[in-house]
Amino acid sequence: MQKTAFPIGAVLRYFAIALYVLFALFPIYWLVKIAVTPDRLIYTEGTQIWPSNFTLDNFVSVLFLTDFLVYFKNSMIVSLGTAFFTTLVATAAGYAFSRFHFRGKTIIIALMLITQMFPLLMIIAPIYKIMAGLRLLDSLTGLIIVYTAFNVPFATFLMQGFFDGIPKDLEEAAMIDGCTRFEALRKVIFPLTLPGLAATLGFIFTAAWSELLFALMLINSDAKMTFPVGLKTFVSKFAVDWGQMMAAGTLALIPSCLFFILIQRFLVKGLTAGAVKG
Amino acid sequence: MTMALPTSPGNGRGRPLKRFQWLVEPYLYLSPAIILIALVILVPLVVGVSYAFQAIDLLNPFETGWVGFANFEKLWADRLFWKALTNTFWWTLGSLFFQFFLGLGLALLLNKPFAGRGLVQGLVFLPWAVPAFLSGLNWAWLFNPIIGPIPHWLAALGIMEKPQNILANPELALWGPIVANVWFGIPFFAITLLAALQSIPRDLYEAAAIDGASVWQSFIKITVPFLAPTIAITVMLRTIWIANFADLIYIMTGGGPANSTNIISSYIFTTAFRRLDFAYASTLAIALLVLLLAYAMLILQMRKHLVKGI
Amino acid sequence: MTAITLNSINKRFGPVHVLKDISLQFDKGEFVVLVGPSGCGKSTLLRMIAGLEPVSSGDMIFGDTRVNDLEPRERDIAMVFQSYALYPHMNVERNLGFSLELRKRAAAEKKDRTSHAAGILGLDKLLDRFPKALSGGQRQRVAMGRAIVRDPQIFLFDEPLSNLDAALRIEMRIEIAKLHQRLGTTMVYVTHDQVEAMTLADRIVVMNAGQVEQVGTPLDLYSNPANLFVAGFLGSPKMNFVAHDDAALNLPSSLTNPSAQTYGIRPEHIKVTAPDDTAHLVGTIDVVERLGSDTIFYINHGATKPFVVRVPGIDRTAIGEKIGCQFQPEDLHLFDQNGQAISEHKNG
Repeated sequence: MQKTAFPIGAVLRYFAIALYVLFALFPIYWLVKIAVTPDRLIYTEGTQIWPSNFTLDNFVSVLFLTDFLVYFKNSMIVSLGTAFFTTLVATAAGYAFSRFHFRGKTIIIALMLITQMFPLLMIIAPIYKIMAGLRLLDSLTGLIIVYTAFNVPFATFLMQGFFDGIPKDLEEAAMIDGCTRFEALRKVIFPLTLPGLAATLGFIFTAAWSELLFALMLINSDAKMTFPVGLKTFVSKFAVDWGQMMAAGTLALIPSCLFFILIQRFLVKGLTAGAVKG
Repeated sequence: MTMALPTSPGNGRGRPLKRFQWLVEPYLYLSPAIILIALVILVPLVVGVSYAFQAIDLLNPFETGWVGFANFEKLWADRLFWKALTNTFWWTLGSLFFQFFLGLGLALLLNKPFAGRGLVQGLVFLPWAVPAFLSGLNWAWLFNPIIGPIPHWLAALGIMEKPQNILANPELALWGPIVANVWFGIPFFAITLLAALQSIPRDLYEAAAIDGASVWQSFIKITVPFLAPTIAITVMLRTIWIANFADLIYIMTGGGPANSTNIISSYIFTTAFRRLDFAYASTLAIALLVLLLAYAMLILQMRKHLVKGI
Repeated sequence: MTAITLNSINKRFGPVHVLKDISLQFDKGEFVVLVGPSGCGKSTLLRMIAGLEPVSSGDMIFGDTRVNDLEPRERDIAMVFQSYALYPHMNVERNLGFSLELRKRAAAEKKDRTSHAAGILGLDKLLDRFPKALSGGQRQRVAMGRAIVRDPQIFLFDEPLSNLDAALRIEMRIEIAKLHQRLGTTMVYVTHDQVEAMTLADRIVVMNAGQVEQVGTPLDLYSNPANLFVAGFLGSPKMNFVAHDDAALNLPSSLTNPSAQTYGIRPEHIKVTAPDDTAHLVGTIDVVERLGSDTIFYINHGATKPFVVRVPGIDRTAIGEKIGCQFQPEDLHLFDQNGQAISEHKNG
């Protein structure tokens, strides 16, 4: 669109971009590289950019000789469940913030902000007690409930932003055309927030996929462990088996990275004021 | 007028509930969120705060009771707390500084169209998708001279005498988690700032160019003032988040060596789950919360001025 | 027969009293324009008629049904929004037929009525397009078409033309006038543009600061404004107001009134004469605008605001010249110290 005045500027820009890409990708590359390095070469060629030999053994043993697949399944259930319920609850709340003026709005927003402010560690013990009382300890359902609660505030603000970008006139027109408010939401507003919903879903999925602390505290049986917890026990168990750890790490990376690449466009779009208009 | 649509005129059948409905409707949409947050966060928060005024020892359940401000007196005299507070400050400042400026640079680069921008954007934002525990492990590995290249590079550049693990050096250890955190956090700033950049009306730049502004001048006079409110709010949220964010430190150094990387939240973690002293952990958390609240108030006040200025 | 009755309608947003005791009656088939400066409450009033804002107190009656508690969809109305509010994810045909779709009308009827509306507005060839691919004027037509398809009891317009350029605005204004002739439906139209008000309305409601200033036919309001606000609001250029003690004013006693504080005279009702004793007002020309059809003089007569004179055709009188102005007694408007019109001239 704009012409760059002097090629020097363009060269510098591309150089800077290349540096960023390198910085972002190198650690991930290294993870994959160690994972495909045969065990016998790890120490001798550990710091070379590419090993002289290539193997998938580490992946095979991680997949078939460990509980990796169980962790993977648990993490999938928890992350998908959390993403779904958080988005559902946050959509409703974000819609209310965007479309209604009501008593107590400021207080509720302030409370939601406070939830983002204190060290979570402080409330882990009380939560543990509550979950124990509800018999939701060591259960994926319990984890989903807790994750949903903690992700709702941010997701709500995100969804509110998306709704704010949709003119209010649209649902008023729909209500005059014959919709109830809820129908207007479902038939007119909802289809327009789809990019926003996708962004929120992906964002929450990634967050839930990464969470370690609550999973560590609320889950104790091997059969219910999510990825981060599993990988952590894995690290302590196989402290010297670098190749296997890195292979497990690489595999853990795949779902959240896939999700993220799919949604990051929507995220920027959604955060841009009024992007949905027109 | 003959083919009027068959809407029920609702004649005479007045609806006393109507006004009530206007009042209640927003809460219908909000109630799931409110109930969930209240039960899972706010109630435990109150309970958690109350711990700070009690003596709670899980190993010794009969010693439990209210102790007033005893825990806060202990905090005041706790050298580890002050050490952790200093570390928290440097950890937060160091991470924030590099995350912000590198994030801003990236946003500015991505704001101009170039060939392959979509792909580049997807790639450079990728670190954000890497689970924190995994980036912690990954960076710990990278800093490890046995399998990681970084110590060797540092030695080759003459910065280090021989390849060593900086995570084992109390003087330098905090830089390890900070680097990991910067890597992990640049995308957050880049995304939010990019969104803000894209909502600046293009004709403002054109007007400035016609008025004779240089690239640098239009950056200072247009971009910065427009970004300022977004910057204030994201920096605030991010500061709070980073100060509370113990995962990387916990995984990479565990607060060591010799507490040189212990920040308040990792201190809370060890207090609560190693020593099982939930009362003192709560006290620490409240101290951090109060500091962060004061900081947030300050930033929000500043933001008000910034927004007025536009 | 009355289509809409507003009975002591009030609207409060928290402590702010936006609409104060509005009572109006609109006849069936009437084209009513609500006009006033921005923030006067005209849009709020329209949205209350539509059911989009709750009524704080008073009765809103359609025909003989009280509709205060009815949802917008139950009121049998259609509305054209300033932003058009076209559904971006539906093509023109679905946009037009959406209200019928909601009422689960048969496909044949839907097709029939959308193509009828599309025919009236010349949208036949655009039915497959999405709003994004339409020009401003086309979007405006679709918005109107959507209302036509409804065939409602009442049409509501909320500043529908303010997003269009000048030429298109005139074209669409004529379309709306034709539409009203053709359908004969009651229409309530909100605008801040007095030309739209004058050209479209059967009756104009002039509003200011949450109150009705005057209701009447366009010519009635033009000839007999009830107060300074209405007098100054309608007409272009605006009516000149001269204080009764203005030194430049030289009215014969037959035209004055002891209780008149302000004299008003429209620019087009002034005859330019020599600056002698027969002139009712004398001043020097500061600025001249020659429009071809008219010439407009801005005259400095010692007050802060210029005195504006509009004469037909091309007048060569130059800037800096001194001229006199003469008025006909029946064109002079007199206002008392409260700004209310004094209806009878002293010798009237």
